[in-house]
Formats: sequence, structure tokens, C-alpha cells
Amino acid sequence: MALLQLHRVSATYPGQQEPVLADLSFDLGPGQLLVALGPSGSGKTTLLNLIAGFVAPSAGRISLDGATVEGPSAERGVVFQDDALLPWQDVLDNVAFGLQLAGVPRLQREARARELLALVGLADFATRRVWQLSGGQKQRVGIARALAADPRLLLLDEPFGALDAFTREQMQALLLQVWQRAAKPVFLITHDIEEAVFLATDLILLAPAPGRIVERLSLDFGRRHGAGESVRSIKSDPLFIEAREHVLARVFAERQQRSPA
Amino acid sequence: MSLDATLTTPALAETTRRRTRRPASLGLLGAATLGTLLLVWWAVTALGLIEPLFLPSPGAVLGKLWQLSREGYLDASLWQHIGASLGRIALGLLAALATAIPVGLAIGRNRIARGVLDPLIEFYRPIPPLAYLPLIVIWCGIGELSKVLLIYLAIFAPIAIATANGVRNVDPARLRAAQSLGARRTQLLRHVILPSALPDILTGIRIGLGVGWSTLVAAELVAATRGLGFMVQSAAQFLVTDVVVLGILIIALVAFALELGLRALQRRLVPWHGQGQ
Repeated sequence: MALLQLHRVSATYPGQQEPVLADLSFDLGPGQLLVALGPSGSGKTTLLNLIAGFVAPSAGRISLDGATVEGPSAERGVVFQDDALLPWQDVLDNVAFGLQLAGVPRLQREARARELLALVGLADFATRRVWQLSGGQKQRVGIARALAADPRLLLLDEPFGALDAFTREQMQALLLQVWQRAAKPVFLITHDIEEAVFLATDLILLAPAPGRIVERLSLDFGRRHGAGESVRSIKSDPLFIEAREHVLARVFAERQQRSPA
Repeated sequence: MSLDATLTTPALAETTRRRTRRPASLGLLGAATLGTLLLVWWAVTALGLIEPLFLPSPGAVLGKLWQLSREGYLDASLWQHIGASLGRIALGLLAALATAIPVGLAIGRNRIARGVLDPLIEFYRPIPPLAYLPLIVIWCGIGELSKVLLIYLAIFAPIAIATANGVRNVDPARLRAAQSLGARRTQLLRHVILPSALPDILTGIRIGLGVGWSTLVAAELVAATRGLGFMVQSAAQFLVTDVVVLGILIIALVAFALELGLRALQRRLVPWHGQGQ
């Protein structure tokens, strides 16, 4: 089973003095869905880029199952904010793309891609063109594509930020379902407090300048949804509201400290 | 392009109707313009306002087409003239495709290649082909090579520049997506960069073919015995105006057909272009 470890990780943009992220440490293991929540400028996208291997840390060590992360690789699947699908391929080929790169024969990779399309509820969309899909459908394809390469870990970069509220809630439920079925650790970044509290088994709250962890919480609302409780029932539960207000208060407290106005 | 969810059905129908009506009226306007031009041409020649030496009547030109297509002109049939010109431009285009696309990829992906090649292309591109034609003749003689080389040079720059531009504008998110799916450098090039740049490459080919076709007449001034440019040029020397007009019309028609063909190719090869991607 996969274990991602960050040990005292810092990141600095080239030519800048102030670090974007300073001295971050956390573990992400089997059965966990870790959400990094923070306002813009708190370095959450940088954090995801570090784990994905798109940028290298300026200090510290990131490792997956003991092996240091050096550059992007198929063992860490990424779902992007703006789907980043390839429009010259149809939906099925997009999902099978990772397997194609790995040299898997066509029949085999298409069979696997169909399974994943069924998992994200798009079984009938295999031959559609990418530009014929809605925003939510594109993100479903993005999730299926990332899972098809059978990564050990799934990273999501504000995947539902551009969706309308109704679709977003559906996608959150879908992600929980996928997370439980695929049994892979998930790392997700968002600036949506309710989304973070609903999905996370582990929530880290980031504050900006420099990006750092100011609070860690363990939550179980996502697991409760997985056990069959409805989204509405969870989100109206006083415990959920309390957790949400607590996180909200922390975010505001951080803000006030930084700018007393 | 996203349609607002609150858009009412009549408004939607209105936009679709307007969208389907517009190209038809444009085509109609174009046809009307051409028709008027033809009518004026016919009227001024039929009324004898202009000597046939300066402007032969449409009927005379049409008759010449019939005559040339059966008898040919200056020891070659009309089809051989057209074939010679098309052959030259095809050779120039093939050579340009084989070299300009790799060069464009290199310029777009590699800083050193960009630094070395970009100034060279930008230096020769604005020079009119007729200006360096004498030098090509001195270096390469008056054979077929000089003609194809001139067309090749005219086509090369637009394709190389368009390719480099397309490669530079590849969406970084797509590159990262492919990398996180395990793509190696060559796979990135084959599966992400080339298809991303394809719309730009095709636009470059369209521009290049246009420029190449217009340098054709210049190329065929050099000791050619066949070709549309040669036909027009030698007919002008003997004041055979109807052949000159016919040649010009054929050159225009071929250029138009090439442009339409490339647009169709573009729609077929890159249907995602302009789809809000």
C-alpha cells in the first residue's frame, strides 16, 4: 500500500527570496483522503506540483513508499483544474492514453478504459468528442484517465472549482465513491471550506506568506457518506456545521492576524 | 463557448437561424460581385469600347480554352502546362514540409535552435523572391532545380514560423497531464506537441502555398518550356491577350481550389479547432 511522506519540505520560486512553502511535513497513507485547504497565495497549487514532481523542492524530501520523488511519473495520477484532456482523441482514447504510453495493446487498454468510464458513470460516452462534454463530464473523464494508468496515489488540483454548485456536489459524492472503490490515497486541494470538510479524512489548513500548515483536523464525514448517509443529511448535521464553522473561524483568524484592518 | 442556462428557447432558435443564414448571404454577395464583373466585362467588349488586343471578350477567352485544351500552346498541351506548374509546387511543398516542420519544432522547443535559426528565417523571409532569383540562377543554373528551390524557399518560412509558434503555444497543462501519465520526451512530441501544433502548421501550409503559388510565375520566367507562368509570359510577348487572360484565370482558379482543399483538410484533421478548447 502506498505511503506518501513529506519531510520538512520548502519551495522557493527562482529569483525570489520569500519561500512559497516553508517547512511542511505530513504523511498520506492508505485509506486517507487528505485535503489541503487555503486561500489563494497559500501555496496549495505549488504543494500539489511538488508532489506530482512538476517542480522540485528547495529543501526537504518527498517520498512515495520510501523512494524519493524526482519528476512526474505515472505512479502519481493528477486531475487538473481545467481538465487538460486531449481534443484530438475521443473520450475512450483519452482515458486509455496512459496505458497507450505504457505500450499496452489496444484491446486490453480499451477494455480497461471502459471499466473506468463505467466507474465514473460515463459508460455511454466512449465515442464522444471531448468538446461535446459538459464541465462535470470532462472532470469525470479526467478522473478516469488518471486512474487508468493505475497510479499509487491520486492528486486533484481544485477539480470542481469551475463547476456549478449542483454539479459540484454530485462530483464530490462521485469522488468519495471512486476513492473507496479504487482504494488509493487521495490528495486534493481546494479553497472551498464546505468541500474540504465534507471530503477530508484529514484536513490541513494552509496560511499564506510563507505557505505553512496552521491546523490539522481528522474528520469522518466522507466516510459516513461512503457508509450510505446522504449528502444532505451530513451537511445539515450539527457536527458538520460545527466543523465547518470552526475551520471558517480559523481562516478568518489567520486573515485578521495578517491585516488588522 | 457556453450557452447560458437561462437562455430561452426562442432566443436560441434566433441565434441558430442567424448562424445558418449568414454564410448563405455571404456566398450570394460573392456570386453577385463576380456576376457583375463578368457582365461589365462582357458589355464593354460587346459594345466595342475596348480593343480585343487589350481585353478580349469572355466568349473569345472561353473559345481559347476550348482550343488550347485540344491543341495546346507552344508545343505543350494545356494539361501539361498546368501539370508542370502543379508538379513544381508539389515538389517545393513536399521539400518544405519535410524540412520546415522539424525546423519549426526545434525552434519552438529548443532555445539554442531558436537563437541560431530564427534570425536566419526572419532575415530572408521579407525579401521578395524575385530579388534573390538572380542569385539562385547564378548558383544553381537555369534548370528545374532553381524553379523548385525558389518556390521551396517561399513556402519554407511561413510553415517553419507557424510550426514554431504552435509548438510554443502548447497548453502547459496538457504537457503536465501527459507527463503525469508517464510520457517520455519523444512521446510528448508525438502525442501532445505535434497534434497541439497541427492547426498552426496547417495555417502555415495555407499561407505558404499561397506565397509559393504566387512566386510560380517568377520561377517560370527562367528558361522554362512549360508551366502556366511560362504560358502567360510568352503569350504576352506575342500580344496574344486571350491566352494571357485565360492563363491568369486558370492560375486564380487553381489557387482558389488549393485554398478550398486545404480548408476542407483543416476541418477534417483538426475538428477541435475553434471548439472552445
